[in-house]
Amino acid sequence: MTNQTHSAETSTGLSHNKLGMWVFLGSECLLFGSLISTYLLYRGRFADGPAPGDIFDIPFTSVSSFVLLMSSLTMVLALSALQRGDERNNRLWLLTTALLGAVFVGGQVYEFTTFLREGLGYTTSPFSSAFFTLTGFHGVHVSLGVIFLMSLYVSSARGNLHKERAETVELIGLYWHFVDIVWIFIFTVIYLVPSPTS
Amino acid sequence: MTQTMEPSSLETSNGENLHRPLGVYTRPKGGSGWRDWVTTVDHKKIGILYGAAALLFFVIGGIEALLIRLQLATPDGTVLGADTYNQVYTMHGVTMIFLAAMPLAAAFANYLIPLQIGARDVAFPRLNAMSFWVFLAGGIFINLSWLLGGAPDGGWFAYAPNTGIVFSPSHGMDFYALGLQITGIASLVSGINLTVTIFNMRAPGMTLFKMPVFTWMMLVVQLLLVFAMPVIAVALFLLTFSRLFGATFFTPELGGDPLLWQHLFWIFGHPEVYILVLPAFGIISEVIPTFSRKPIFGYPFMVFSGIAIGFMGWGVWAHHMFVSGIGPVSVAAFSLSTMFIAVPTGVKILNWMATMWGGRIKFSAAMLFAIGVVSMFTIGGLSGVTHSVAPADTQQTDTYYIVAHFHYVIFGGIIFGLFSGFYFWWPKIFGHKLSEKMGKLNFWVMLVGFNLTFGPMHILGLQGMSRRIDTYSPGFGFETWNLVVTIGSFIIALSVLIFLINVITSARNARGLPPIGPDPWDARSLEWMTPNPTPVHNFDEIPIVESLDEFWHRKYGSDEDGKVVRVASAEDVCQDGSAEGIHLPSPSYWPLVFAIGLPFIGLGLIYSLWFCVFGGALALMGLYAWVFEPVDDPDVDHHEPQKEDVSD
Repeated sequence: MTNQTHSAETSTGLSHNKLGMWVFLGSECLLFGSLISTYLLYRGRFADGPAPGDIFDIPFTSVSSFVLLMSSLTMVLALSALQRGDERNNRLWLLTTALLGAVFVGGQVYEFTTFLREGLGYTTSPFSSAFFTLTGFHGVHVSLGVIFLMSLYVSSARGNLHKERAETVELIGLYWHFVDIVWIFIFTVIYLVPSPTS
Repeated sequence: MTQTMEPSSLETSNGENLHRPLGVYTRPKGGSGWRDWVTTVDHKKIGILYGAAALLFFVIGGIEALLIRLQLATPDGTVLGADTYNQVYTMHGVTMIFLAAMPLAAAFANYLIPLQIGARDVAFPRLNAMSFWVFLAGGIFINLSWLLGGAPDGGWFAYAPNTGIVFSPSHGMDFYALGLQITGIASLVSGINLTVTIFNMRAPGMTLFKMPVFTWMMLVVQLLLVFAMPVIAVALFLLTFSRLFGATFFTPELGGDPLLWQHLFWIFGHPEVYILVLPAFGIISEVIPTFSRKPIFGYPFMVFSGIAIGFMGWGVWAHHMFVSGIGPVSVAAFSLSTMFIAVPTGVKILNWMATMWGGRIKFSAAMLFAIGVVSMFTIGGLSGVTHSVAPADTQQTDTYYIVAHFHYVIFGGIIFGLFSGFYFWWPKIFGHKLSEKMGKLNFWVMLVGFNLTFGPMHILGLQGMSRRIDTYSPGFGFETWNLVVTIGSFIIALSVLIFLINVITSARNARGLPPIGPDPWDARSLEWMTPNPTPVHNFDEIPIVESLDEFWHRKYGSDEDGKVVRVASAEDVCQDGSAEGIHLPSPSYWPLVFAIGLPFIGLGLIYSLWFCVFGGALALMGLYAWVFEPVDDPDVDHHEPQKEDVSD
């Protein structure tokens, strides 16, 4: 009696892990949707504090956004390398992706400290609370992604990440692309749409 | 019960075990007693754990309800002070919704979904265990607030800015926000897990439209959970950050908007209503056909109306906010959508009645409770439609009329449905029936108590008695009905007591007897093809599914005249549970370890960051150990299948 349930034989043809990841990302859409709505409601309510239009450094954030979007490209390269069985290039691109993600998070930390120095604290106004919460949640997502990528890198360096496990890289890739796509929305809503000034 | 825990074959999608793991990561082997229960990843045991924990919270929430009713039995009540009263009614709502009704539905979902679709377990067995332990940790965390300076006191809906640090200075609302965040993780993870299970693990031949209605309704519920939980999560984050870190989301002086909370809360809150009620709809959609001895009437309509409810449930949230000043256009739009959502619900009611129509109805306890749902929920649904008329709703908002309405929906719809499920599936789960005689008594006492409790609330509300007040003065004409309501609530308590006694005496009477035979109710769906109680491996052989009501069609055929005749006995059709050497997922400690970490993180955010460090370390350790835990235990991997592995 060995009627085993292998994920290769699922009813949909998708593995459990992949379907689960897609469903999870669907759920994440609502998380960021709610946070973005909160920001949209509050972007004009800056009380006595700095207004968004006064404080944003759009060229700087554009550069860090570009860095993050490029990391999606390197993520794809990492996956395709592993699918070809090229573990060395897989490691290289995994590390590059993690590095680009870390640069983005570093840029965010720099941006936050600058804003703080210019008088925009977390408790200054509904705008500031909403801004830091939305971008902070995104930053935490990117940071988690960097940890996942580094775990993959370590796993590969110890010789445990082979072609047969490319799906693991693909799943982390799905998460990573999702976080990037969400940033496109956030970047548009926060920085590109003309912001109120005081 | 037989207990075989063998290496997993369910989780091996990419888990080739390429290096021999360290000793600490070897997996527990199961066995018996409490260790087996805390490490189990078996969906059936997790279902039982969910049920037991939720029933405990149900009793706690019931005691809170009785306290409320004692306070309000007479004018100028002195049983509870105003402050305590706020805490008790808040915790009554929170407990009943998040810690009793939702996990009771999860109990049925966990136990039955894999059996109804012909699977051995859920897609992610360890995540399933984690969901349960995280829910329990969250429930205990919220209730800890009773001992630590006061429970939440802002209502289960927690309207801002009333829940801010200014108006609610105790730590109660912190426990509320963080505790619901924790139980939310459990709901979200379980939603993802069961969604994948239903989509991916159906037996050969079981297309989506051959799934039982219960599984269908549960699929809709899981998707609602997946999409609704993140919204409440954001609302709770905003509240937590406002209270703990001084964020200004709900500070009106600076431009914070209390309506934001209401919108976020009800965008979650209205789908939540369907998250609660659709499982009950699913349960009675199995019970009514079985005891009417007819297939469910209009199966596709049942399924599509459930899906329609799932979609439309997202478009009616602002009917909770008609008096919040959202403007006439919004009010008109949400009035209309609220009237429309009554349509698919009405379709269901009519289909249940059409299923019973012309059937040879057997009034078992389960059937009585199911009929209770059809009738009592209809009353609640009709009073709900009266709320969609915004001018009338303006008059009724914040009165006992609302309390009457949602108790007819939640108690009349959901609790009756869950009790129907208890009586129907008890022999499946425990191998013996609950006493039918006491079950019928349970039903009638509950029906009388329920109507005595919540019926008069309609009148009280229309007379103008407002919700959430801790006391009222004599002379408004509230005295008589309030006394009746209080008497009714104690009759409900009596009916729950009858149920608990029934559970104990039925188990005692069944002790020493062999398990009940197969198919005690002449049922229709796959779960009854397994022996009672279900063996640990579920199916000896995964059945090939050819039709809706597969099990019934294996028992019955039709003769030349087209009359239905029995073609096989239940004994012939049912499996005997004798299969050996079936690979099952190994138990694991780590879901529990992870879950224990979470409340400490919560305590840390409230009191001292050191708790956070401890809780965070524990949770992280749980996660990492989980990841590195071998999917297959190498020690047992090489000498299997073991014939005599089935031990007690």
